[in-house]
Amino acid sequence: MTDMGKLIEPVIPGLRRYANALVRDPAEADDLVQDCLERAVARWGQRRADGDTRSWLYAILHNLAVNRWRALRRRGVMAPIQAVDQAFLSVAPAQEHGLARADVLRALDRLPDEYRAVILLVTVEGLSYAETARVLDVPLGTIMSRLSRGRARLASEMAEGAPVRTHLRRVK
Amino acid sequence: MTVERPISEDDLQAFLDGVLEESRRDAVARYLDVHPEAKARLVTYREQGEALREALAPLADQPLPAELSLNALIERRRKSLAGRRQIAAVAAFLCIGGLSGWFARDAVSPPAHGIQALGREAIDNYRVYAADTDRPVELASDQRGTLTRWVSERLDTPVQAPDLQAAGYRFLGGRLVTTPNGPAALFVYEGPATDRLAVMMRPMQIDKNRSMSEQSYGGLDGVTWSRDGLGFSVVAPRASSDLRPVAEDVRRQLSIS
Repeated sequence: MTDMGKLIEPVIPGLRRYANALVRDPAEADDLVQDCLERAVARWGQRRADGDTRSWLYAILHNLAVNRWRALRRRGVMAPIQAVDQAFLSVAPAQEHGLARADVLRALDRLPDEYRAVILLVTVEGLSYAETARVLDVPLGTIMSRLSRGRARLASEMAEGAPVRTHLRRVK
Repeated sequence: MTVERPISEDDLQAFLDGVLEESRRDAVARYLDVHPEAKARLVTYREQGEALREALAPLADQPLPAELSLNALIERRRKSLAGRRQIAAVAAFLCIGGLSGWFARDAVSPPAHGIQALGREAIDNYRVYAADTDRPVELASDQRGTLTRWVSERLDTPVQAPDLQAAGYRFLGGRLVTTPNGPAALFVYEGPATDRLAVMMRPMQIDKNRSMSEQSYGGLDGVTWSRDGLGFSVVAPRASSDLRPVAEDVRRQLSIS
């Protein structure tokens, strides 16, 4: 396997996770990742030699996802949340866990795209602030403020969804 | 450390994410001790981060589907590039073919003017008219006078059918024919073995005085020349007879008239 393979392959699972979290449709997420990898392979020679492969790959994927959202929204198509949640639930080992996951993901879905992307990249994908800034092509300060506001919004969205979960717990 | 920068929101986020520089970490920890609401907020953030990671973790743990195999992608790309190169090669080949066809057109396409064109036109008209078994001529030999006036008028120059009896060819008649270089007179004769011979003549814009040259094309032979701005061509099937003496005979007769 080439250098390209050694650098790209370890990132693929994370790319799939990020794509799934953004588009919430497993098939479409894998389509995005495939597009991303094809572009990465095709443009391997064009990437900055000093740039890190991981943020470069996430940037390609993110831009593909944004373009697809725009296209979908122009056509007035919204993500099928119910179907998506079922897909996520199907991999949940226990029902209670499944419900908790559905809650946090549903809350995440209600966030503006730019908050969602920053939270996912920093919290789930483990990118540094600087890497996240490169992926989203915005200044570091913007990343920091989006992270702060996004986390606050997510917390309030979770709090709004909380009574349902509490109620179910009490029933159990 | 008597003077400390105030704790910012960025510090809190960085503390939460474990990326705050060591010198600030203690300061933030002390700040959180005396600001329970800030501490509670960070605890909430940490919990929601854990919930997110847990919710999304299975997606990264699933085995990769075949279409996301990097080796397969690279291989597919290699093939498609090879295909594209083939298409490019074919396109370049066609382009070269087209260009060389364009540049070679003089070599393969019939001449448009001059004595060579006349020879070609005579052969073409022989093929259409003289070779026609039923109606090779428009005006037969018994209307020779009418024929002579007609074609002379149309060619705007006096022309008449030569007499080739001495060479064994009987005059059948003639017609006005068309060529890319204007109208021409075509006179048709029949040999002893019912083989046809044609004499075509038309005014020449170029090559007005040319000595005899021979053409051979599509099973037909021709001898072509021009004199004083009038072009002549004698055409017969290949090897039916030696055309040269006939052509000499025609030239002699027409230069006298």
